Amino acid sequence: MIRKSAHEMSSALASGETTSLELTKKHFERIETVDGKVRAFLHLDKDGALESASKIDERRKKGEALPPLAGIPLALKDVLVQKGVPTTCGSKILEGWRPPYDATVVKNLKKNGVIILGKTNMDEFAMGSSTENSAFHPTHNPWDLTRIPGGSGGGSSAAISSFEAPLAIGTDTGGSIRQPAAVTGTVGVKPTYGGVSRYGLIAFSSSLDQAGPCARTVLDAALLHEAIAGHDEMDSTSINAPVPKVVEAAKRADVKGLRIGVIKELQGEGYQAGVLERFQESLDVLSALGAEIVEVSCPSFDYALAAYYLIAPSECSSNLARFDAMRYGLRVGEGSAEEVMNATREAGFGREVKRRIILGTYALSSGYYDAYYGSAQKVRTLIKNDFEKSFASADVLVSPTAPTTAFKIGEKSNDPLAMYLNDIATIPVNLAGICAISIPSGLAKEDSLPAGFQVMAPAMADDRLYNVGAALERELLAKWGKPLLDFAPELS
Amino acid sequence: MSDKPSISREEVANLARLARIDMSESELDHLSSELDVILSAVARVSEVAGDDIPPTSHPLPLLNVFREDVVKASLTAEEALSGAPAKEDGRFKVPQILGEEA
Repeated sequence: MIRKSAHEMSSALASGETTSLELTKKHFERIETVDGKVRAFLHLDKDGALESASKIDERRKKGEALPPLAGIPLALKDVLVQKGVPTTCGSKILEGWRPPYDATVVKNLKKNGVIILGKTNMDEFAMGSSTENSAFHPTHNPWDLTRIPGGSGGGSSAAISSFEAPLAIGTDTGGSIRQPAAVTGTVGVKPTYGGVSRYGLIAFSSSLDQAGPCARTVLDAALLHEAIAGHDEMDSTSINAPVPKVVEAAKRADVKGLRIGVIKELQGEGYQAGVLERFQESLDVLSALGAEIVEVSCPSFDYALAAYYLIAPSECSSNLARFDAMRYGLRVGEGSAEEVMNATREAGFGREVKRRIILGTYALSSGYYDAYYGSAQKVRTLIKNDFEKSFASADVLVSPTAPTTAFKIGEKSNDPLAMYLNDIATIPVNLAGICAISIPSGLAKEDSLPAGFQVMAPAMADDRLYNVGAALERELLAKWGKPLLDFAPELS
Repeated sequence: MSDKPSISREEVANLARLARIDMSESELDHLSSELDVILSAVARVSEVAGDDIPPTSHPLPLLNVFREDVVKASLTAEEALSGAPAKEDGRFKVPQILGEEA
């Protein structure tokens, strides 16, 4: 049962074949068996989850009509606050903190009857591409335990790819949902900026952060997307418009006549041959289904990584000022308030977080502001323009999600620039505020590890991602003969 | 990479002070050399940032977003204080903020 999709689990719950309590228990058993190796979770809320599951079962027994994901277990990235449940954001500075309120995403999950199993590991404050920057422990890729599960949401991607949960929530500032999905052979979506409320999402870079679904199938991701999305007056950047019909699009899965633009700049040098091969194969599949493949050029993307590593640190240096040792979280040292702040932030933040705060403080300081932060904002305009031009000749744009498959734990941890290059294909989407999905494109020939295929669509056209993703998924599944995750080694 | 920006150790120490993070001598050494490499890589944004290009600070063209000012239930004082490192008489207890009066 735990290897089924959330959609199939939902049918099994509706037909009485299983109960939410049984399903939830089975997932905790799985976690007990494999999480010692995978280490996807930072905290398990066993009592809370079992209680919620029993309540859903009772409601179902009474004949109440329940939402499609009611009773389905989910793993929640530890960047989202959940009332009364420890929330650390992967940082020592928040260790032991229990938030007094629910994030809107969490509220929506509860409203939909989703069972939250626990909080997943992540790079500290979502800064990283490997989950090695977690202050607590690294997470291991179920495909090869010596490799990274992607980041920053490596706990969420590892949890679903090791069948510890059928669904997870991630957040994506520069690729933190999509790159983990790519390297674990799962599906991840960064919705349009403003499509999902950021209330209760601990801010890293407010103009880029966006929560979204992680799942093993495109339809499951769509069901989760609809459960969490929508306007929220608690987030002033939340878009006041109807949620795109993503479930309907995932069921349609028809790309006939659709124009698919291949971004010239997001391939070639720096991309692993096996990843490119799988990318080309997916393009051929879409073409055979009747899609029209065109090439588009986005010349300013060459500057996207540089702009991102100025904008995100700048915003983070301001956002993380709230960790001041006064109202919640860690407090270290004695003396004046300032001395306590200095000592707490030294003890509470890890290396990458400090590096980015200092970099952002520098980029925003007078004398450097125009050359760094100001220029980066102009590059952001150029990137938006490149996307607009490209979407004039294509309905969706595509690229490999990440340039390589999962690398070894420790391989890049001492080389920040090499680490940043992982996000080269995912970052432009965040800078422009549009939406994108990563779906598995198969295994790269060199290392038999999963590669990801990225589809990008204009703002609030999230439904196109699911339409294309589901069509490609169906064809590749037929080709492989079984789901990609069935090729992964057995963990227990 | 010939004209790379060089960031001095003293500059990093000043930034750390502004960001309210204590840093050890070795941390300062390490970070200043790392920042040098990162800044050289990101400085290229200025190559294409012409005067005629407007900056984008945010993906959405929003100005002010207003809602009705309606009184609603919010956190109780007890809830707001629940994560405080120290509290007293229903308030946050913080270290001394102002210096001694002369």
